[in-house]
Amino acid sequence: MTDVPVLQVDDLNTSFLLTAGEVKALRDVSLTVHRGEILGLVGESGSGKSITGFSINGLLSPPGQVMSGSIRLHGDEITGLGSEQMRRLRGNRIAMVFQDPMMTLNPVLKIGHQMRDALRAHMRIGDREVRARSLAALHEVGIPSPEDRLLAYPHQLSGGMRQRVAVAIALLHEPDLVIADEPTTALDVTIQGQILSLVQRLCRDRGTALIWITHDLAVVAGIADRIAVMYAGRIVEEGTVDDVLDRPAHPYTRGLIDSVPSRGQRGRRLQQIPGRMPALTDLPEGCSFRPRCPRAADACAQPQPMRDLGARRVRCCRPLTEALA
Amino acid sequence: MSVVHAPPRAGSVGDVWQRFLRSPAAVAALVTFTAFCLAAIFAPWIAPQNPYDLAQVDIMDSLLPPGSESWTGMPYYLGTDGQGRDMLSAILYGIRISLVVGLSSGVIALAVGTLVGLVAAYRGGWVDTVLMRIVDLQLSFPTILVALILLVILGRGVDKIIFALVVVQWAYFARTVRGVALVEGAREYVDAARGLRLGHMRILLGHILPNCLPTMLVVATMQMAAAISLEATLSFLGLGLPPTRPSLGLLIANGFDYLQSGRYWISVLPGLVLLAIIVSANVLGDRLRDTLNPHL
Amino acid sequence: MTEFIVRRLLQALLVLAVMTVLVFFGVNVVGNPVYIFASSECDQPCINAIVKDLGLDRPIWEQYWVFIGNMLQGDLGNSFTHGVPAMSLIWERLPATLELAFCALVIALVVGLPLGTLAGLRPHHWTSRVIMAFSMIAFSVPVFWIGLIMIIVFSVSLGWMPAVGRGDTVEVFGAELSFLTLDGLHHLAMPATTLSLIMMAMVIRLTRAGMREVLFSDYIKFARANGIRERRVLGVHVMRNILIPIVTVLGMEFGGVIAFAVVVESIFSWPGVGKMLIDAIAVLDRPLIVAYLIFVVIMFVTLNLLVDVLYSLLDPRVRLGGNSG
Repeated sequence: MTDVPVLQVDDLNTSFLLTAGEVKALRDVSLTVHRGEILGLVGESGSGKSITGFSINGLLSPPGQVMSGSIRLHGDEITGLGSEQMRRLRGNRIAMVFQDPMMTLNPVLKIGHQMRDALRAHMRIGDREVRARSLAALHEVGIPSPEDRLLAYPHQLSGGMRQRVAVAIALLHEPDLVIADEPTTALDVTIQGQILSLVQRLCRDRGTALIWITHDLAVVAGIADRIAVMYAGRIVEEGTVDDVLDRPAHPYTRGLIDSVPSRGQRGRRLQQIPGRMPALTDLPEGCSFRPRCPRAADACAQPQPMRDLGARRVRCCRPLTEALA
Repeated sequence: MSVVHAPPRAGSVGDVWQRFLRSPAAVAALVTFTAFCLAAIFAPWIAPQNPYDLAQVDIMDSLLPPGSESWTGMPYYLGTDGQGRDMLSAILYGIRISLVVGLSSGVIALAVGTLVGLVAAYRGGWVDTVLMRIVDLQLSFPTILVALILLVILGRGVDKIIFALVVVQWAYFARTVRGVALVEGAREYVDAARGLRLGHMRILLGHILPNCLPTMLVVATMQMAAAISLEATLSFLGLGLPPTRPSLGLLIANGFDYLQSGRYWISVLPGLVLLAIIVSANVLGDRLRDTLNPHL
Repeated sequence: MTEFIVRRLLQALLVLAVMTVLVFFGVNVVGNPVYIFASSECDQPCINAIVKDLGLDRPIWEQYWVFIGNMLQGDLGNSFTHGVPAMSLIWERLPATLELAFCALVIALVVGLPLGTLAGLRPHHWTSRVIMAFSMIAFSVPVFWIGLIMIIVFSVSLGWMPAVGRGDTVEVFGAELSFLTLDGLHHLAMPATTLSLIMMAMVIRLTRAGMREVLFSDYIKFARANGIRERRVLGVHVMRNILIPIVTVLGMEFGGVIAFAVVVESIFSWPGVGKMLIDAIAVLDRPLIVAYLIFVVIMFVTLNLLVDVLYSLLDPRVRLGGNSG
């Protein structure tokens, strides 16, 4: 491939340095997202998906810290950048959309004010242009009578409308990469679909790379090109949507898929993954999924490197055979 | 037949005590406060002279600095004031008056506030609404303003300042007790007690009140510090206690006139004692809140 | 909005009515008002004349209406010692007290906000512990004791500051103000600082608590994710949220500050209404005392009303709640 990926993360390690000791939140996370591509980052809560997002845009709250690894934006390394250089990237080239639209907008600032601050963070423009750009952005995300909304406070809008505003703000500077951290989880199902297709359309139109963080496999199936599955701070499997969802190689992915109710399986008992995700402070040797894995063997206690299986990668020494076929 | 027990929350008294002792600052505060209480109780026996017995006070000895001696050879460890009173004795008696005023107003306000709070929480409805409106109105005025108005109308006197301090404090207790009692009242064990057809008084006194106690202890400690501070302030202004009953605040006020001439000890020494009492009471209250962890 | 203000206005009037009833009946029940309005040399015919003059032979509710009627016309009787209307004395002394109180407010904010912000940003740093210990001491130590120590240190020992009086004043719109002259500022510094300490402690606590809450909110993360500069995030997006409770509390406490000015004014011989009250008490100038009490109550109720309105202007949620409710 000749084109440089928008984002390339290699062997990223992030830890929380507590007085009690170091808690490794991310271990050897590697990701690649290309222009116009949508990557679904899937995992249970606590698996490290949100921390991956904050590690990339440099907003880990202390005592969280990137320990090692490389994050490249269009081939340029950004891990060593100073805080002002990182600020210039944020909102400008890397944008973020958050989970709960009720909490994402500042309750005491008008929508217009928040958009103005976001615009002026990266460009010196006059009031007239601020207004024009804000209106255009609101119009684009399908907000009716945007002139009135500029003067509104967040609580005067519905949840769906607020998330549209948040999306509009995130896309103000036409970023190269958008990290969407479960942006539809807190919304009603019908609104979920609207936001989903809105973000999908906007990113496709502009060729924006998108990382969609979620625990909901159905959402990823509908929107993503590729999927990365995270478990206990590691990526355990990565590949195209069809490969991963139809022929999972990692037993954990298989478990996740089986625990989602679907139409074809009506009447069948849902499969559950026994046990729960281990605490990051108390991870087993080797494969972290080993204690819950139906296929666990002695070899699983050894460190598990990422194995390349052609178009996909899996961190398992005993992958499900059907995937290899 | 089994008895309905209130669920323990703060742990046993021993546990709380153990946790309390873990803070060196709190232990220091406890020691300081206890020492002052003992000094107050035994003031007539440990003070070198009775500062209000004119026969024992010699005007010839006035304004002596700390460490001086009277012409009879009696040492004035902390010096003397403008009338020749021994400052150490005056301070010991001053602590006595300040603590008596602070404690008694606190206890009365606690009783009144607890009664109002319990009635409001237990009866609910319009009784609750009316009582809490009064509490809100009272709390919206600054304490010093209310005390100022009352003392200007009433005049000086120990009974009057205690009354004024009760008036400014009861509302805090009432609101706190009502809050705790509402939470406790909603708990199952009170329903269980009701089911056993216990009388109203028994439910209030036997079940709700004991669970309010940790919170009340914390509020009472803090309020006592505030009351002592307020009494000192009012006495300093000449509004609180009569000159015949000099509390620490009044002693400081007496020394204020000599400050400009460099005779600092008459004001500063009682001031330091007052400071130590108030700060130690506050530290105690803070620590009690942390260890008892009542929902404040 | 109008409805909200009207409703609050009615509430304030009710509180005012209750307070005048309390003061009026308190004076009537506890002390004989004849002695409050008669000088000590008054004999029996003189007292009878005053009884008739004051309308004390009439029923008590009628007396109350006369009292209120006079009060509404700004007539609260004549001072014994000065022989002029009590209200004119209060108006004459008020600028000095207000100047002192406002300066204290400014000092409390200028010092308290940055200290509270610092303590909120780094709660476990030793500077934060020092700041919080300072606020605890400033909160619990009696005001007059701090004033005393200031006089001992800065006036008696070091001789830097004048201990009494107001210094040179300049007349602005008919009010004598001292903060416009160097000598006036010199005299103002110690009393204003003393009076500011309680408010300062409160500002520090509220700011710190607000910072702890707001800093971790999603909307601040979102503002940072949009690349908004840290100074603007803290100064506008965080501060706007924190200022709401601070303005409310300070506004409500301002009445308390006027009351506490009684203490500070008598320590530093500051010629304001508080000093006037203490002097009036010393010589039993009863009309002046009553006038002061009524005046302070009116001012306090008015202040509370203003704060509520200002609060509703700052917080759009309250404002709209008042509109729809």
